[in-house]
Amino acid sequence: MLSVDGLTKRFSGLVAVDDASLAAPEGRITGLIGPNGAGKTTLFAMAAGFLTPDAGTVTFAGEDVTAEPPHLRARRGMARTFQIVQPFAGLTVRENIAVGAHLHHPSRAEAMERADAIGKRVGLAKDLDRAAAGLTVAGRKRLELARALATQPKLLLLDEVLAGLNPSEIRDILPVIRAIRDEGVTILMIEHIMQAVMNLCEHVYVLAQGKMIAEGPPIEVSRDPQVVEAYLGHGAAARMQAAGGADA
Amino acid sequence: MSARDLLLPLIAVLVLAGLAFSGLSGTLLNLLIFMMIISLAAQGWNILGGFGGLSSFGHAAFFGTGAYTTLILQTSLGVNAWAGLVAGVLLGAAVGAGIGFLSFRSGLKGSYFALITLAFAEVLRIASNSAPITGGAAGILLPLDYGFLNLQFDDRRWFALIAILFVGAALALTRWLERSRFGAYLIAIRENEQAAQALGVDVFRVKLGAITLSAGCTALAGVLYAQNYLFVDAHVAYGPWISIEALFAAIVGGLGTMFGPLVGAVALLGLGEITKMVSGGVPGVDLLVFGAILILTVAFVPGGLMSLRQRLTGRRRPRGETALRSEEGA
Amino acid sequence: MYSPLIVAEALLNGLMLGAVYALIALGLTLIYGVLHIVNFAHGALLTVAMFGVWLLAEHLGVDPYLSILIMAPAMFGLGYAAQRFVIGPASHGSDNSILLVTLGLSIIIENGLLAGFRSDTRTIDTDYAFQVVELGPLLLSFPRVVGLFVALLSALVLWAILERTDVGRAIRAVAKEKLGAALVGIEVSHVYAVTFALGCACLAVAAALLMPVFYVSPTTGRAFVLVAFTIVVLGGMGSIVGALVGGLLIGVVEAACSLFFGDSLGQIGIFVIFILVLLFRPTGLFGARQ
Ligand SMILES: Nc1ncnc2c1ncn2[C@@H]1O[C@H](COP(=O)(O)OP(=O)(O)OP(=O)(O)O)[C@@H](O)[C@H]1O
Ligand SMILES: [Mg+2]
Repeated sequence: MLSVDGLTKRFSGLVAVDDASLAAPEGRITGLIGPNGAGKTTLFAMAAGFLTPDAGTVTFAGEDVTAEPPHLRARRGMARTFQIVQPFAGLTVRENIAVGAHLHHPSRAEAMERADAIGKRVGLAKDLDRAAAGLTVAGRKRLELARALATQPKLLLLDEVLAGLNPSEIRDILPVIRAIRDEGVTILMIEHIMQAVMNLCEHVYVLAQGKMIAEGPPIEVSRDPQVVEAYLGHGAAARMQAAGGADA
Repeated sequence: MSARDLLLPLIAVLVLAGLAFSGLSGTLLNLLIFMMIISLAAQGWNILGGFGGLSSFGHAAFFGTGAYTTLILQTSLGVNAWAGLVAGVLLGAAVGAGIGFLSFRSGLKGSYFALITLAFAEVLRIASNSAPITGGAAGILLPLDYGFLNLQFDDRRWFALIAILFVGAALALTRWLERSRFGAYLIAIRENEQAAQALGVDVFRVKLGAITLSAGCTALAGVLYAQNYLFVDAHVAYGPWISIEALFAAIVGGLGTMFGPLVGAVALLGLGEITKMVSGGVPGVDLLVFGAILILTVAFVPGGLMSLRQRLTGRRRPRGETALRSEEGA
Repeated sequence: MYSPLIVAEALLNGLMLGAVYALIALGLTLIYGVLHIVNFAHGALLTVAMFGVWLLAEHLGVDPYLSILIMAPAMFGLGYAAQRFVIGPASHGSDNSILLVTLGLSIIIENGLLAGFRSDTRTIDTDYAFQVVELGPLLLSFPRVVGLFVALLSALVLWAILERTDVGRAIRAVAKEKLGAALVGIEVSHVYAVTFALGCACLAVAAALLMPVFYVSPTTGRAFVLVAFTIVVLGGMGSIVGALVGGLLIGVVEAACSLFFGDSLGQIGIFVIFILVLLFRPTGLFGARQ
């Protein structure tokens, strides 16, 4: 569904993403993990068209979309959430979601109806009439998901939608994400919470300092010494092996 | 949009028309007409500034284009006033589209957008003050000639009625904005441009549409102004006064609301008349009061007069409130 | 068709007017650089300063240049109060609101002056208004030469304040990192008000330099506000060097346009530059991308 090849992005000297490639196959949940500042969000921004890569290509459903602005990619069926949530603060939750629903429903009434349904689905039923500015962190994350979902995407790019949620909230939302996948939506998600990654993803990519350093099934990747070092610092893998427990 | 949505605009038209025909004195009738004209200009400003969050300091560019267009066409080509009106609105809208195209393509918003619109209006003002086609510094005078086709009436109540009908149409347009996808997108852009883009909103096109509609509406106000006073010069057409009155009325009335600009125009101009009377005609006192009211509104009632009503009846936070607060740093 | 001498004189005079422009722009860019606000009331505040200079000359017989000693502290106080008690609290820190509040302020000032002084234009007669300074074959207007030197001196003083005093250090700290500055105990709203006040003090100096050669009416500041914005945008918002260079440049451009195309087109030239810079080079000719 989505593949990015050799993507590179420099910010005045700093190479945030360095020749990174990944593929999110149709109908799957693919994970993208990596330590803070690895360049994951930057990679997403290039995939969705918010940043122009210095090199590399983005291919969506077989078409090269590298030069396309974000709204056209959204119309093709690519929807992203923002790690730093971007609600329409002055609007109600329902109105927020309806903006997404409008992509395929020009009529106001229909868009509002869709918004209701999607809001309920992600657990925002009782907040639909509240101002988005008044939502809790968990609520705002759900709203990000709901809005993206309302565009009826083929591909969902989720940037840490679980961050800031407590364990019981995470437990509630995992089945929702899985159900979305079961409807045929391809998902690529950035996530720090390994429990969730293990639980959801069939395949994960690991980005560290802008470079893709590993990929594979989550269990395998989590045992990869390079990955452990990327997370815990130089020499950590060796120390852990010496201590007899490489179970990250 | 359903027929029910048109109920409120219709009631407003009936009330205003009733007022116009209630035997007002000549002075009061003139004030009513002036209120309608300013309200139209403000309704135009509200589309872009209230719904779109793009504060313009140069709506005079559209107002003046409407005013000059109709008078030039009538005096030099002998076109009838209604055709002049249509041409004025279209040309005003085109000027809006042009300014919007340039500014939005360069990504201008916030203060930068306000300043560039002001600069465009000032260029037009200085140019029209010396160009022969606009009559230079002397301006253009339309000869008195009563008749429906000339949009000139011996009985000024008829002109008031026509102005009121246009105000009603602008109310209906605003209502449509509140009920349509275009309007929802415009508000979304005001609240968060990036998020709107991510949801498939073509930000550039929506803004361009908004400024075109906005400019057309304000140009209509200019046409009616010229038609009412049968005169226009560079200061009247493109001077900062109209940019400021349009902005004032919209903000004081309530940004992003249907009735805000109308309520704001009536309240401000009414208050202006009272201050002039109380102060015995000292120049500038009415505007002095307007300036103070603007600051007080921004500071304490960012939702404008319309939000007072909602506050009293305990309804949820009005939309206009965020139009002012949205962080549109350029 | 113009002798080189006339052109050179016109351009030099433009340069000297530009120095006063630069001073006005300096205040604006300082306020922008620190508070990150566009102070639309800047032109109206200049008018206030000009009326102040006029009043002192008319009623107390104070020489316009000497009135700097009174007007600069007075405008400093006025600016401090305006920012601390009106603009700051009323605008809740949002860009759009600040713009509207300063617009409201400028309208209050303009119309307050209109109510008090009516729309007559007022001038100050001095012995030196038409004196000239001979520079080789060139004859330069004395007030403009003074303008150039005092404007440059003021820029130097401003620079020294920013670089060499505790207040200046606090201002630079707030400009760079507002939150950090607040954390180390700098009172941000005070620093904001001081910055705004310094910008207004620049206006007092500019007013004193302008009055011997210019007139004042309640709307005089309007003409200067867009010129000042043009300079600030041209020089890069927040850049002091940019404001100086931009000011001199605009002065010369205006003089050249007026010489060759007449006064009103000279004015249009400035707006057109403003529009073009905003459209194509919004970070200014020298400004760093923010
Ligand atoms: N607009 C920008 N300008 C300059 N540097 C940037 C910009 N955006 C990101 N960076 C830098 O690029 C690097 C990668 O940032 P990015 O946000 O992509 O990381 P991330 O993997 O998403 O981290 P996190 O897990 O904390 O979300 C960081 O060092 C960041 O500071
Ligand atoms: Mg990130």
